[in-house]
Amino acid sequence: MEFLTTMGLEVHCELSTKTKIFCSCSTEFGGEPNTHVCAVCSGMPGTLPVLNEKVVEYAIRTGIATNCQITRYNKFDRKNYFYPDLPKAYQVSQLYLPICHNGHVDIEVNGAKKAIRIKEIHMEEDAGKLIHDPLDDSTLVDYNRCGVPLLEIVSEPDFESREEVIAYLTKLKAILQYIGVSDCKMEQGSLRADVNISVRPVGTTKLGTRTEMKNINSFKAIARAIEWETERQIDLIEDGGKVIQETRRWDDTKGKSYAMRSKENAQDYRYFPEPDLVPIEISDEWIEKVKKSLPELPTEKKERYIREYGLPEYDVDIITSSKYLVKIFEEALEVCNEPKEVSNWIMGELLRLASETSTEYENIKFDAANLGKLILLLKNKTINRNTAKEVFEKMFAENVEPEKYIKENRLEMTNDAGAVKSVVDAVIAANPKSVEEYKAGNTKVSRHLMGQCMKQLKGKADPASVNEAITEALKEL
Amino acid sequence: MDLSKLSALEAGRMIKNKEISVAEITKAALENIEKTDKNYHAFITLCADEALKRAEEVQKGIDDGTYTSPLAGVPMALKDNMCTKGILTTCASKILTGFKPFYNATAYSNLENAGAVLLGKLNMDEFAMGSTTETSYYGATLNPWGENRVPGGSSGGSAVAIATDQVYYALGSDTGGSIRQPCAFCGITGIKPTYGRVSRYGLIPYASSLDQIGPMGRSVGDVAAVLNIISGHDPKDSTSVNMDALNITLKNDVKGKKIGVPTDWFGEGLEKDVKEKVLEAAKKLENMGAIIEEFKMPEIEYVIPTYYIIACAEASSNLSRFDGVKYGYCTPSFDDLTDLYCKSRSEGFGMEVKRRIMIGAFVLSSGYYDAYYKKALQVKAVIKKAFDKAFEKYDAILSPTAPTTALKMGENLSDPLKMYLGDIYTVSINLAGLPSMVIPCGFDKEGLPVGLQLTGKPFSENELMNIAYSFQKETDFHLKKPVIKREV
Repeated sequence: MEFLTTMGLEVHCELSTKTKIFCSCSTEFGGEPNTHVCAVCSGMPGTLPVLNEKVVEYAIRTGIATNCQITRYNKFDRKNYFYPDLPKAYQVSQLYLPICHNGHVDIEVNGAKKAIRIKEIHMEEDAGKLIHDPLDDSTLVDYNRCGVPLLEIVSEPDFESREEVIAYLTKLKAILQYIGVSDCKMEQGSLRADVNISVRPVGTTKLGTRTEMKNINSFKAIARAIEWETERQIDLIEDGGKVIQETRRWDDTKGKSYAMRSKENAQDYRYFPEPDLVPIEISDEWIEKVKKSLPELPTEKKERYIREYGLPEYDVDIITSSKYLVKIFEEALEVCNEPKEVSNWIMGELLRLASETSTEYENIKFDAANLGKLILLLKNKTINRNTAKEVFEKMFAENVEPEKYIKENRLEMTNDAGAVKSVVDAVIAANPKSVEEYKAGNTKVSRHLMGQCMKQLKGKADPASVNEAITEALKEL
Repeated sequence: MDLSKLSALEAGRMIKNKEISVAEITKAALENIEKTDKNYHAFITLCADEALKRAEEVQKGIDDGTYTSPLAGVPMALKDNMCTKGILTTCASKILTGFKPFYNATAYSNLENAGAVLLGKLNMDEFAMGSTTETSYYGATLNPWGENRVPGGSSGGSAVAIATDQVYYALGSDTGGSIRQPCAFCGITGIKPTYGRVSRYGLIPYASSLDQIGPMGRSVGDVAAVLNIISGHDPKDSTSVNMDALNITLKNDVKGKKIGVPTDWFGEGLEKDVKEKVLEAAKKLENMGAIIEEFKMPEIEYVIPTYYIIACAEASSNLSRFDGVKYGYCTPSFDDLTDLYCKSRSEGFGMEVKRRIMIGAFVLSSGYYDAYYKKALQVKAVIKKAFDKAFEKYDAILSPTAPTTALKMGENLSDPLKMYLGDIYTVSINLAGLPSMVIPCGFDKEGLPVGLQLTGKPFSENELMNIAYSFQKETDFHLKKPVIKREV
């Protein structure tokens, strides 16, 4: 039997506001445990939340960037459950009136375009972190993450393959980074996804029973989790069993998912409107103001790069998938005005070095304007391409300034025609065999001579003029 | 001269005029509490050392011009659900055993900034759930007006501390009548301000959408002076309204005021004596120039279930944080996390609190939410509308505060439904968020005080207090004192 997979995604994204959603504690990642904590976010009795308006603004930004409708009259609700990482024993979230709804994100997989519908986006607060100490078998709580603002972005069940899921997450991550609402660092948990999966036999229309896998925090893990869970469900059905609606936890190191709780044991969160916060009304003016402040989004940027610069779609896809690559592209372009060259350097050398050194794009340190300078130095023949690659490696590793580096290491090309000619003459004199072959009609030997010349010139000559000098010299013989 | 008989404003005036020092009046108050509180048990925590230290500080502040408030230096106390920095705050519950907040409730901060001297924390029904102050983990408070009588609740400690002249004023909190009903039972004056008038920051909540802090005292003048200090916008409480602190100046202003009397509130269940005294008060106001008019408000039939659904729902969530993990009582032995939660909460909460948590969890649970909680919110809107309509015609609504005078101890504890019905005249006002004031208006045939409730439209505290003030100018019910038992 063949099966179709249907998936929906709930993405949690930590917002990069300076302060928490309901108090003025810092949201900074990695502080000593319980140092970014106050009476409010640690849920001390009698304290009250005050909404950080920046969170609402960021949510509106995200809604506009994902083509959502913005809810004008907003409320918060309490989601009640007991857990030691939740000091109030309820999470302030939005159930009844989420801030954004009915949007979509466009993706492309193997040339096929598809719109993934966004059901809703809501604002909520993050919980703390439990740290288990195996030495004395105790569990400690760190409230630093308590009250860090989150957006939960809920898609419709529109995904039919892993590739679509990854394409969507890549796009969503790019959007969130572009509009500056989140740094989307998956390894720090600032972007995490829950995947709902169901399978059904080809030819049937009714969706199968779904399971939900929680808190998967890398693209690779998501792909693996989807594959594993899909197979588990198919095997189950083919063996005559039934999929149970349940929440499962993906263990990426073991490469397996485990049942956490079934629907029968599902928690009743007893949602009700949060009485400690007043409703938020969002005006047309506010939305317009946010709209105006939005930067160019990935899709618009992609179209413009193709239209204005004539770059290949494949290259543009990769560059626009990351705010950080875009930044490098645009800053280098600003200096050299050579879009094609900049794009080639990014697609070639930069991606190669990043991958060889396992550097995330956001951690690339060199000054992108220097790439523009390097391209100009190449263009005006101060250096040749091989030297440029060498210099770029240095720039990537140590952020050297190319002009200064070239000068200090005397990497400039020799523009002295006399010097070139004397090297060429010497090489020809030293290679009579090659000259014989050349005379016999094997013009290919000029490449051997070329190599010899460049070696003697230590690579610091313009290959074209060396080549010209060799051809001239051979003709003269 | 018996300092304890002074009004808060008189005490403040004497301190200002250097007829008495803050230390003297504080010491006298503490001595008086020592002598009387064994008989009444108004206090959970007495902060004698802190108060004496504070008295010196405040005296300096008065002398150097830092404290200029008319109540600077006047000793007072707080209901024990308001957070006080470094001072035990219990909500009269075992579950908050040993809890000392590291922050102050804003209402108290405002008083501190005006030079108040805190004597201690006052008894209450556990988590403000109750109408008798008998559900306190620390034991019941006794009403000085009769043998074996409850002081009302939940702010029973606050009411008794004033009625027995232990403090000059106190703060209470009112979710469904918890300031007003004990004021009525103990023959004192108090107001539940408009929702949002006084910051709730640092008030350990019972039902967040209904809770409101208010002053309790010996006269309208004292209560107004306190309200001036504690009111005003607080950036730490989003539900506090963006208005400046009140600046109430009282005047005789009753002539021509239209006062509505809802006839449905005088029906079955209302004690004859209470009805008589309240209607006599209406007559008195009419004689003073007010226009008294009867009207219908049949919505009263639904107020009790509506109130208990909303209040319990919010309480079930608000009280979830007391889990034995971070502060307060923790069970000594447990098997796992769930066991820790279950045991700490089962052992830490009293009967009435557990009952309301369970009602609240039930009405919010999936499948019942629409039938109970959502419906209650709809009825709440209907009740609010009925009040809006009444206030198109009237400046104030006059009513009894409670169907009875102070009950005998234990009478209601065994019958929660009867206790809930006792809240019939007060809870609707919290549902509508209105200001409502209680003043003494007579005594029943056993000599127990009867309280008159005057309710106004939102933010009409000053107008409401003017009517109450005019009434107190013409009557002396608020000046009557019970016989206070002192230890020899």
